[in-house]
Amino acid sequence: MTTPIGTGAGRIVSTVPADALPERAAALLAGGARLALVAGHDDRPSGGGLRTVHLFVQPGADLRTELHVHLDPGRPALPSLAALSFPAGRFERELRDLFGIEPVGHPLPRRLVRHFHWPRGWYPMLSDAGPAPAFGDPDGPYPFRPVEGPGVYEIPVGPVHAGMIEPGHFRFSVVGETILKLKARLWFVHRGLEKLVEGRCPADALEIAQRASGDTTVGHGVAFCQAIEDALGIDVGPQAHRLRAVLLELERLYNHVNDLGALCNDVGHGVLNAHAQRVRERLLRLNDQVTGHRLLRGAVVPGGAAVVALPDPAVLARVAADVAEIADLALGHSVVHDRFAGTAVLTRDQAAELGTLGYVARASGLAVDARHDHPVLLDELPRAEYSCTGGDVLARFQVRREEIDLAVATIAALAERLDGPDHRVDPRDRPGSGRSGVGIVEGWRGTITHRVELADDGTLRRLKIVDPSFFNWPALPVALADTIVPDFPLVNKSFNLSYAGNDL
Amino acid sequence: MSALGVAGGVLQAVVIVGGAPLLLGLMRQVRARLEGRAGPGVGQPWRDLRKLVRKQSISPRGTTEVFRVAPVLLVAMTLVVAVVAPLVTTASAVPPVADLFVVVALLAHATVVIALAGLDSGTAFGGMGASREVTVLALVEPTALVAIFALSVPTGSTSLPTIVGTALDDPQRLISPASLLAAVALAAVIVAETGRLPVDNPSTHLELTMIHEAMVLEYAGPDLALVELGSAMRLSVYLGLFTSLFVPWGIATTATPLALALGVVALVVKVGVVGAGLAALEVFLAKLRLFRVPELLAGSFLLALLAVTTAYVLG
Repeated sequence: MTTPIGTGAGRIVSTVPADALPERAAALLAGGARLALVAGHDDRPSGGGLRTVHLFVQPGADLRTELHVHLDPGRPALPSLAALSFPAGRFERELRDLFGIEPVGHPLPRRLVRHFHWPRGWYPMLSDAGPAPAFGDPDGPYPFRPVEGPGVYEIPVGPVHAGMIEPGHFRFSVVGETILKLKARLWFVHRGLEKLVEGRCPADALEIAQRASGDTTVGHGVAFCQAIEDALGIDVGPQAHRLRAVLLELERLYNHVNDLGALCNDVGHGVLNAHAQRVRERLLRLNDQVTGHRLLRGAVVPGGAAVVALPDPAVLARVAADVAEIADLALGHSVVHDRFAGTAVLTRDQAAELGTLGYVARASGLAVDARHDHPVLLDELPRAEYSCTGGDVLARFQVRREEIDLAVATIAALAERLDGPDHRVDPRDRPGSGRSGVGIVEGWRGTITHRVELADDGTLRRLKIVDPSFFNWPALPVALADTIVPDFPLVNKSFNLSYAGNDL
Repeated sequence: MSALGVAGGVLQAVVIVGGAPLLLGLMRQVRARLEGRAGPGVGQPWRDLRKLVRKQSISPRGTTEVFRVAPVLLVAMTLVVAVVAPLVTTASAVPPVADLFVVVALLAHATVVIALAGLDSGTAFGGMGASREVTVLALVEPTALVAIFALSVPTGSTSLPTIVGTALDDPQRLISPASLLAAVALAAVIVAETGRLPVDNPSTHLELTMIHEAMVLEYAGPDLALVELGSAMRLSVYLGLFTSLFVPWGIATTATPLALALGVVALVVKVGVVGAGLAALEVFLAKLRLFRVPELLAGSFLLALLAVTTAYVLG
């Protein structure tokens, strides 16, 4: 038998037989829940078999429901939920690639995470997978679906690009300049993070977890720490939550400012990018003053958070004024406005069905925000009203701009209620005994979910990380239908999804 | 073939080849300073060329002679224009070649040769860039011809030195409606043909948005140096022609060393000022959506057409 799993508050765990999973999942989804995470577990070292965990979260009520399914390690198979939820189908493909769990009835059971050169039959997350083997015996060519017809041609781009961006291969099927179909082949950066943290103590695992995506240090750090605290039953208190909220907003600030500048640069208006980069540098130096690290590393720890000094509100006010001027100049420029407006529309229905998160969802009119759906600070964070929710590049630009203003106001409000730079409790004296925890955080890109299971000695038995990019990547090709090829870099930047956070 | 023409031709070739990368460097430096950046300095394009020339020469598998001769042809055709066009002197080394139609045809040819090389590379980007470049070219060449033709109407000749010489004798003609309309139309042509904002972004690294750069992505080493030099020379020649046609003062009309020296200085100053002005203007521009470019070029063609009509009507 497997070790029983303890849970934190507000979370219901039930073990269901595989056959009953679709029915239970359908009931939860019909009740307004969102599938936040699906994790595979190999319990064979502790005497069990394979297990899957489906985590459903209810926005607003912050009710979390986990469905555990125990599988036969000899022939692991799971009835597919792809017909119920698009993200579920993607999670199932991930399970299949990492654990060899077959999704029965999946409409498109192609490889997802699986690197081209992994040997056939090797599943890296299984306990007996061993070290990464030599490349060989690949699964055959990548199945690009050819688009045929008079005048249709293909443009392959990447995975190595001319700019300093992450690796991804894009295959455009184009007629003239209009994109008929885009296939994004990602998954070139698998580092095995989830395997690396196994057996480490939480403090060591944090160092890896917060590097899941380099620009989301605080987001992943807080999500991981919340999960650990949930498992250990630690209440860090409102002061630590406020300090973490300040750090999350600082991270949102520098990334959003960077994106505003990059969007202007992609339409050839370089002078605004030069100024946005100046503002970003100002923010990075502020980050350095606050935490001793330009990318805010090291401030969030299991048990709380500590900084060197609180951010100077005067600096932030100046940043907000500069950003407002840059954004006004951009949108006041008729050509820039023309390039943004109506480009690559992601409709509200598409955004909802794909399960998009973060500013991508909010720019399409969805009110998805973990700060309010899964609050740790009740009624302290103001809820943004977005003026532009058309789902085009302009809306994604505007949502970022409004979030910058809101972030500055939020930091100022929180800083007034903070009574010092150090709010930590020591988590080391609380040995976990087979406990699990979930952390849900609104990072700058969207809702980040971490789920941990701790071994009896307090080390990590399993960490599952879900970056919002995992949900948002499929939205990019959908939004790009009927857009022209030269607008792709602009659209891609307006989504600005993480390749590394997507492919752990 | 006059002594003035020969001396001028040699001087023009030297000034254009030596000065074209410097003009590019100046324009980049102006833009950098206006954006609040330090900039790499005016000499950077020459340093880049030196670096490229020292590299190994390679060409992609599957390409033919078209790919290999294109950079040489680009530089050669532009050089011919640089020698014969009235830039430093009003006399031409080879007067029959200094004809309006020949010069425009030579410059268009150079574009076509590079477009063919882009197609020859067989890559998606080469084909895509060539397709875009030829689309722009097809819209730009009529404008260029018609605009310069408007200037030739009062002169009664399509010889460029004659047009410039007449303008020198009768400067009032330069501020006639026909001349001003033609100047605006020709400015749009230069922007489109040399791949400047708002038609193309010369400083982008985004392959999918490129027009000119997409065609030459496969070049490396000395071949790339030639392509870069050729592109810089095209920019200088276009700006030089523009200034000679609309601001002809300072151009040498006699073969004395002093007049020639003055001609060179005038050319350098005029092209430098126009280039810096263009770069400064670009800071305020953004790149048009690709499908809006034809609208801009159609507008410039209309201006050119109006210029011709005005030239006939108002004489």
